[in-house]
Amino acid sequence: MTDAGLLHDRRAVAGLVHDIVEAAEKTARGATFMEVCGTHTHAVAAAGLRRMLPKGVRLISGPGCPVCVTPVRYLDHALALAALPDTILCTFGDLMRVPSSTITLEQARAEGATVHVVYSARDALALAEDNPETRVVFLAVGFETTVPTIAAALAEAEQRILENFLILPGNKVIPPAMLALVQDPDLNVHGFLLPGHVSVLTGWETFRFLATDHGVPGAVVGFAPTDVLRGVLDLLGQHSRGTAEVVNLYGRAVSPEGNRTAAEVVDRMFEPAHTEWRGFGEIPDSGLTLREQWAHRDAGRIPLELPEPHEPAGCRCGDVLRGAIDPTECPLFDAGCSPTQPIGACMVSSEGTCSAWFRHERWANTNQ
Amino acid sequence: MCLAIPMRLMERTEMEGVVELDGIRRTISLMLLPEAEVGQHVLVHAGYAIGAVDEDEAATTLELLREYADNMEDL
Repeated sequence: MTDAGLLHDRRAVAGLVHDIVEAAEKTARGATFMEVCGTHTHAVAAAGLRRMLPKGVRLISGPGCPVCVTPVRYLDHALALAALPDTILCTFGDLMRVPSSTITLEQARAEGATVHVVYSARDALALAEDNPETRVVFLAVGFETTVPTIAAALAEAEQRILENFLILPGNKVIPPAMLALVQDPDLNVHGFLLPGHVSVLTGWETFRFLATDHGVPGAVVGFAPTDVLRGVLDLLGQHSRGTAEVVNLYGRAVSPEGNRTAAEVVDRMFEPAHTEWRGFGEIPDSGLTLREQWAHRDAGRIPLELPEPHEPAGCRCGDVLRGAIDPTECPLFDAGCSPTQPIGACMVSSEGTCSAWFRHERWANTNQ
Repeated sequence: MCLAIPMRLMERTEMEGVVELDGIRRTISLMLLPEAEVGQHVLVHAGYAIGAVDEDEAATTLELLREYADNMEDL
């Protein structure tokens, strides 16, 4: 992979921006494109891409952050599990500072709960092996990129007969949320930048329905600035021609059918479930729950009393996730809510839109 | 958590692999990419290889970007 530096090359970026400006001048109408991947949210913000685009070409973020769309109730459930005796809770780092109806996991840990941050579901599996008398519960949050890793860890637990390894199911899948977005009468999006690594697993054909059924173009792109800009250029071209196709601009990683091995293990362990997304309410078949035969690994079945869930007052994370507002339109943005003192999930998570804007677009929209 | 890093597969022993990028080595699972070959670049996410990098496609993309870069120098 020589010359991979070209992905970030200054002149290549300038050339793509030049073509985007030309394409935008040719079409009288403006365009709004949405990405639905937290890593894209941050890549766009960190590279300052918004500021390079011509007036009239707008990039917005959708529900691409799995931690951000996880409702408060899930955190309440996690906290209740952490409070159980002989239980170790394992989680990806992002969830530690996300608000529940009461305290965060980080605060619970400070008060004595056994909570471990892990990089992989396999780390949680290793903890289960090393602590056979203890129940290890892994907080299963994440989209299609992460789901197979959790399914694989569960399959390994079955194979190695590690009975003390459980998950609290909370994984979600993106296409049903995208369906909700294209059906939202208040959202006017002319194309989607499609998630590169989700597509590695699902295959890009998973997203074809956006074009064929709803007339909205899409471009699967990677995460370098040139990847995103090539996507914007393609979508702009489709928008001006009035065509709707889903194109794969991340061919070096994405195939039409995706990772079949991963799909098989996911299907073996999980089945679709209706699930709630912050900002959207319940979306049919948008979540994954353990199949009945793996009920012994479902920590959600442990009888527990949970508090009445409530969101932080004044937080507009839900509206940000639907693409209805930019973070700067939330009254709490940089006025009480910041990465060091987050009020909502969108500001906590490294993939959150508010966190990306605070770090890189903090003073955007100030001339309005 | 959609971040997946392209790393080179240096060794494998059944379903465990050792990958490397810029001198950093990590042990990962190949359960989701059992066909991975030593020497290939694979995408690593949360302790697993989730896909392989298509070197021909990568070369095509880089060629396109090289053209952009060269054109900008001529302007």
